[in-house]
Amino acid sequence: MDILVCVKRVPDTSENEIQVNGKGTDIERDDLVYSVNEWDNYAVEEAIQIRDRVGGTVTVVTVGDDESEEVLRREMAMGADNGILLSDPAFESADGRGIATILKAAVEKGRYDLILTGAQADDGAGQVGGMLAAMLDVPYASLVNVIEILDDKKIKVGREIAGGNQEMNEMTLPCVLSIQTGINEPRYVGIRGIRKVASVEIPTMGAGDLGLDPAAVAPKVKRLDYFVPDMGEGAEMLTGSTEEIIEKLMELLKAKGGIKS
Amino acid sequence: MSRQVFAYIIHKNGKPDDTALEFATAARKLDPNAEVIGVVVGSGADLEAAAGEAAKSYTSVWKIDNAALAYPLADGVRKALTSVLPREAVVLIPHEHFGLDLAPGLAVKLDSPYLPDVVDFAGLDGDTLTAVRQEFSGMVSTHVACDIAAGAVITVRPGAFAPDESAAAGGTITDKSGDVGDLAAGRRYLETLVAEVGDVDITKSEILVSVGRGIEDQDNLEIVNDLARAMGADVSCSRPIVDAKWLEKSRQVGTSGQTVSPKVYLACGISGSFQHMGGIKGAPFIVAVNKNPKAPIFQVADVGIVADILEFLPELTEAVEKNR
Repeated sequence: MDILVCVKRVPDTSENEIQVNGKGTDIERDDLVYSVNEWDNYAVEEAIQIRDRVGGTVTVVTVGDDESEEVLRREMAMGADNGILLSDPAFESADGRGIATILKAAVEKGRYDLILTGAQADDGAGQVGGMLAAMLDVPYASLVNVIEILDDKKIKVGREIAGGNQEMNEMTLPCVLSIQTGINEPRYVGIRGIRKVASVEIPTMGAGDLGLDPAAVAPKVKRLDYFVPDMGEGAEMLTGSTEEIIEKLMELLKAKGGIKS
Repeated sequence: MSRQVFAYIIHKNGKPDDTALEFATAARKLDPNAEVIGVVVGSGADLEAAAGEAAKSYTSVWKIDNAALAYPLADGVRKALTSVLPREAVVLIPHEHFGLDLAPGLAVKLDSPYLPDVVDFAGLDGDTLTAVRQEFSGMVSTHVACDIAAGAVITVRPGAFAPDESAAAGGTITDKSGDVGDLAAGRRYLETLVAEVGDVDITKSEILVSVGRGIEDQDNLEIVNDLARAMGADVSCSRPIVDAKWLEKSRQVGTSGQTVSPKVYLACGISGSFQHMGGIKGAPFIVAVNKNPKAPIFQVADVGIVADILEFLPELTEAVEKNR
């Protein structure tokens, strides 16, 4: 089974405080630590496990600049066989649909049985997988947390739905799935693994290589600004020494029935 | 002709989802002059009942009845909507597990712009719609704009708009079933696996000590257990704790986990994503302890404490034990 996994380099929100810049035109990016989008790591891990069970290849692809190459290398250090960087000045302003359009062109340059994306990334939109599937005219399922390969034409997937329940579907290949966290435990990538793939050649494709008219990836949805959301009334913040905070908190908890005797 | 805004209504056992009432509000805020139409898709008596209920809130309801949609899998629903909706339709869909399955592909097939996970509408200038979204788990917001003259598919965050409770629209129901073409898809519904109930039913707990990513390590869960024991509370958690398999799925609070309604909810090292907060019903007294003063949880908590839970919780446990 030949699997393509679409990954993205994003600011690591567990390492960073996200701040809006003075003009509100962007977030402060200077000191940000970047990493692979969390959901994508689960998608790559799942692809590697499937390949190890049934054979085939895992290719990771990303749309980004030169720095995104490190993300591909990290996923190759996990065990992906190939990486492809899709990079072009024309891609820089692409919205979700633009990214899906670029990925579609890349998919059509290869032959893949299964295409995985993370369920969402930093913008929380969760849109690229569904758009890519519709553009390719293949089946799609989102929020997948179980994949079982039935044969070379069919798979069974479990999707996360409300209340901890799971919706089971049968899908024909090729198809696109967006992968939810928790489907597996992404393996640890050590420095030795990173070194091993440090000199591997990663092909780069631009709009011309992909046969894409830059107008096809021009954004339809434009971000106007960034701002800090209105906090509303928000919480009553308890301040002071730890003793003072705990004393006040104890009073409140007792009053609200938060401590059972 | 005025703009048509369609509100996709999710329903179960003949009852529309809460978002049906919220979307009646949202559609009017999007465009006060629009013709707002509820759309219900499904099969049989359940669909009839849902359409009837929807007609209390929408002056116009379209229904699509098809045996193949008895379990509404997104692929089939997308094909049904693509054959029925006008190309320039503005379509509102809930931003949850079903909407995420349906909406992006629908936008492609309708060749419409896609606005995902909208929390508010900020204005319509001619055909340019400005909407509010959040990024980075709610840490920052953005205004986004797009031209909706040729339609748009918009997913709206459940709970973002106040429900329209007037329920006196007395709407007409139009049967669009005959316009639906072939619904065959390379995806088939098999079954729904219902979550197992764990050793503790957190949906019945009066006090929850809930733990998130801030706990950092599985071994540290002991300090949460200690506090819960002292308070007479049960332990629940946010998604990352279940993903890491540190606690069982039945302890997870959120839209993909359990819906809880305690009197007191102590959120420890939980950022407060909308998926997590969507699992908390009623009006519990929410205390949030988080070392990030900008964590979104502080927007919804009653009381906030900026502290590292690894240091704060043991001290709180000690105080609770002393004061009993």
